[in-house]
Amino acid sequence: MALINYAQAACQALAEAMRADPHVIALGEDVGRGGIFGQYLGLQQEFGEARIIDTPISESTIMGAAVGMALTGLRPVVEMRVADFALCAIDEIVNQAAKNRYMFGGQGRVPLVARLPIGLWSGSAAQHSQSLEAWFAHIPGLVVVAPSTPADNYELLAAAIACDDPVIYMEHKELWAMTGELPSKRTATLGKARVARPGTDLTLVTWSKLVHAATEAAEQAAQQGISVEVIDLRTIWPWDRDLVLASAARTGRMLVAHDAVQAAGFGAEIAATVAEELGIPVKRVGTPRIPVGYARTLEDVARVPAERLLQELKRFVEAK
Amino acid sequence: MPANTSPANPSAAERLLDLYRMMARIRAFENAAEETSRGGVAVFGSTADAIALVRGPLHLSTGQEAVAAGVCANLERSDYLTSTHRGHGHTLAKGADPTAMMCELFGRATGTNHGKGGSMHIADFSVGMLGANGVVAAGIPIAVGAAHSAKIRGSGAIVACFFGDGAINRGPFMEGLNWAKIFELPVLFVCEDNRYSATTATDAMTAGAGAAARALSMDIPAETVDGNDVLAVEQAARELAARVRSGRGPQFLHALTYRVKGHVSVDPASYRKQSEVDGALESDPLKLAAAKLAALGVAAARIAEIEAQARVEIDAAVAVARAAPFPAADAAFTDVQDTGAGQWL
Repeated sequence: MALINYAQAACQALAEAMRADPHVIALGEDVGRGGIFGQYLGLQQEFGEARIIDTPISESTIMGAAVGMALTGLRPVVEMRVADFALCAIDEIVNQAAKNRYMFGGQGRVPLVARLPIGLWSGSAAQHSQSLEAWFAHIPGLVVVAPSTPADNYELLAAAIACDDPVIYMEHKELWAMTGELPSKRTATLGKARVARPGTDLTLVTWSKLVHAATEAAEQAAQQGISVEVIDLRTIWPWDRDLVLASAARTGRMLVAHDAVQAAGFGAEIAATVAEELGIPVKRVGTPRIPVGYARTLEDVARVPAERLLQELKRFVEAK
Repeated sequence: MPANTSPANPSAAERLLDLYRMMARIRAFENAAEETSRGGVAVFGSTADAIALVRGPLHLSTGQEAVAAGVCANLERSDYLTSTHRGHGHTLAKGADPTAMMCELFGRATGTNHGKGGSMHIADFSVGMLGANGVVAAGIPIAVGAAHSAKIRGSGAIVACFFGDGAINRGPFMEGLNWAKIFELPVLFVCEDNRYSATTATDAMTAGAGAAARALSMDIPAETVDGNDVLAVEQAARELAARVRSGRGPQFLHALTYRVKGHVSVDPASYRKQSEVDGALESDPLKLAAAKLAALGVAAARIAEIEAQARVEIDAAVAVARAAPFPAADAAFTDVQDTGAGQWL
């Protein structure tokens, strides 16, 4: 089967959704020329300027207009470029898109997908590198998704577009070029995690790009006699409590890792839930509460590399 | 109705009577809301009175009725409208049922929003009223999106986007107008200028020549009217709405009115002179319209009858709202989201 990269996978999912439903449109800065990461490549040629809409640099109105579009029959896919820029549209996401259905008593629905790429990306420094999934997981009304592979980006973007709730869709900027095969049939659904690697001694929950470092650390741990089960959460809200709790109950230890800031990160929610429900040892691994620095030496401090994960999980398993 | 009092100019009189009727209904609604809200919000360290029927911040459009009535007279049911935190008048004028609206203000299950929104979030999607909004200027991008959607879908609907004079100092105002113009969208922007940004006079907070000048700077045609003269508003809105409907892109109406009440119902507005308020009351929109009706030969009894009918209608709405049930507590969990419904912790 042909290989496809993470950006192309998303592009294909969107193209298929647009062919199937004339109400699916996309809007944002630079989408006409393919988006800054190539994730809209060729779409304006196929669907025209009326459906792949190049917009001014007006994040509030990109998101707010998408709310108005969604309320009146369209299914907009909203490009925010990087998650950091969505902070210019935070009212539109938090007070408008997320609240609309509830505060108006169910009169309207807001079926939009807001694409907010997260993560470090080659020297992009403090304002283009943040992983803010916890912010949006905190807001009732929103679904938050973070795909880790081309296959998941294909399947989960399709699921997000089909979803009638507003979805914050967080692709990782260091995954665009990652290649993989597309699944022969669609199985991924929102709210369902996946066991990326089975194991028996410890459950390692993570998502997005860190799934790959986690899998690598698990392989190395296996050579040292430690069997790690890696769970790719895929959807941050609603997170798959059943799968995580069942795995953690079996292994007796749960470590959650993310490349977002550890303090008040979404890992804290998972760790607290597992501890409350199962009373087993839990541990968090995240990045320090510092902005992402530009120089490689500084940027690396804001990463969670596979070596650190390996260290942490060994220490965790060996602890009494 | 008295039988032998046919006015000199029947069509002009009937048109104004319709507008007057709508303004009288809005006035009666606002008066009733104000009355039933007393004690409903905590002020100056006091505790809100649990007995109050309307709770929380109540923003009244008393004295601004001509803008809602005059603009909405030119809208179809299938057109859309976005409103502000001061949205009762717009909602009523767009065709919403005052009983369902009053139930919403009373927080009842039978309200337009089933008790989940209250005054500040009142909405009636069934008549195209896409919502009042607790955030100043937030309705502008939503209106622009609804207009963009109407254009893409070729539905023929237009959007009336109401906002206040305070909103023109927020970013979404500039973004939304620019967007509407570059895409030539079917939206009628209506700046309902009541001279106050919350509890501060807007003039001192606004650089340049104001709302219409800002629209003109983006090549959006703009008209400024006396927002208390319902005929002037109706006429200007008719022309602008016709242009919007014919595909000539966004148009802008700047309607100058005055906020007779405080920012919220409990605000005594002691930051302004009584003489200023007294002066504004001289040009109360209902008073102006009544004088015009008299000049057109409409009998005073007919005007009084319209006002009485409005009061009867709103009194009935209040009676229904008083008796209506509150939503059950478990309704707090409905209409949040489908994906993950039930996962509240």
